[in-house]
Amino acid sequence: MSESIGLGLLIVGIAFDVVGCIGLVRLPDIYNRLQAATKCVTLGTCMILLSVVFYTGIGPISSKAVLCIWFVLLTSPTGAHAIARAAHRSGIRLWEGSFMDKYAEDHEGTEDKV
Amino acid sequence: MSVFIALLIFCTFLCLYRVGKGPTAPDRTVAIDILGTLVVGFAAIFSIITKKDIYMNIGISWALLSFIGTLALAKYLEGRGFDE
Amino acid sequence: MKRFLHFLILLVVWVMLTWSVHWQDLLVGFVVALLAEIMLGDIFPTGVVKVFYPRRFFWLVVYSVDFFWYVILANFDVAYRVLNIYLPIRPGIVKVRTRLKTDMARTFLANSITLTPGTLCVDFVGDHIYVHWINITSEDPEEETELIVRKFEKLLERIFE
Repeated sequence: MSESIGLGLLIVGIAFDVVGCIGLVRLPDIYNRLQAATKCVTLGTCMILLSVVFYTGIGPISSKAVLCIWFVLLTSPTGAHAIARAAHRSGIRLWEGSFMDKYAEDHEGTEDKV
Repeated sequence: MSVFIALLIFCTFLCLYRVGKGPTAPDRTVAIDILGTLVVGFAAIFSIITKKDIYMNIGISWALLSFIGTLALAKYLEGRGFDE
Repeated sequence: MKRFLHFLILLVVWVMLTWSVHWQDLLVGFVVALLAEIMLGDIFPTGVVKVFYPRRFFWLVVYSVDFFWYVILANFDVAYRVLNIYLPIRPGIVKVRTRLKTDMARTFLANSITLTPGTLCVDFVGDHIYVHWINITSEDPEEETELIVRKFEKLLERIFE
């Protein structure tokens, strides 16, 4: 029973991973790529780690898997946030089809100083 | 299980495509970050196959180290020192 | 009291990593947690201990369930946008305002915004957050604030403020 739940979680998680990586290749600019890749790959990897818990039962492997889920959930959005801010400050513009950019409007002149 | 590993390797090649092609430096950084998270997935699948906990140790350390590497690259792109 | 709780959390992480209650392992964990707490204890955020009051803990559980529901919604949203041939995106950066004051609550808010449907936190300046939104539906700042921030802010206020 628990093995079939683990198998289901594994399939869904890897499907999300594939979708995230396709998004990384298809979407037009860095911010959109960051969105697709961060969300999908984070949840996909968490589901794979959760399926480890269902496959192996309570024990050393599953306790480490739970810790790893916690670390990935905590670090991956923070890394995405750091990359987005660094990209914007280093002067990467949004895609031409973008709708508005309040951040560049508010920080008009500060880009040259940095 | 080998089907899942093959799919993850496919994901890895998509990321490597973005590392090689990516027009700007932040694009490459994003791809490297995602590559680090995918390696954690590899480690999890290996620990399911072999039922050994050493692969989960690799996964935990890889997650934390790739986070530190991403932060360092982001700081470098921003053009600031590491002490802020 | 605060330092003792930090120490206990570190010790629990150690026990989960080694998965043994043999006295030698516990002794090494004790020493390592004590050293880490003495050297790095003052850079831990101060709001962590508040979470362990029963009422706040209850709201933390409610928040976690809510959060996971939105994460799963976000993934199906991204999958729909990526796999569609026409790429139905309308991206841009908007500016929203938050009421939260403490660092811990703001960290959780930023991470929640990043993992929920279509939004990515770019920068914090004072009380304002710049959010990259993949599919802008309105141009009014109030309405944007309502859509992006409010649903988490209400719960996070009860947990961390």
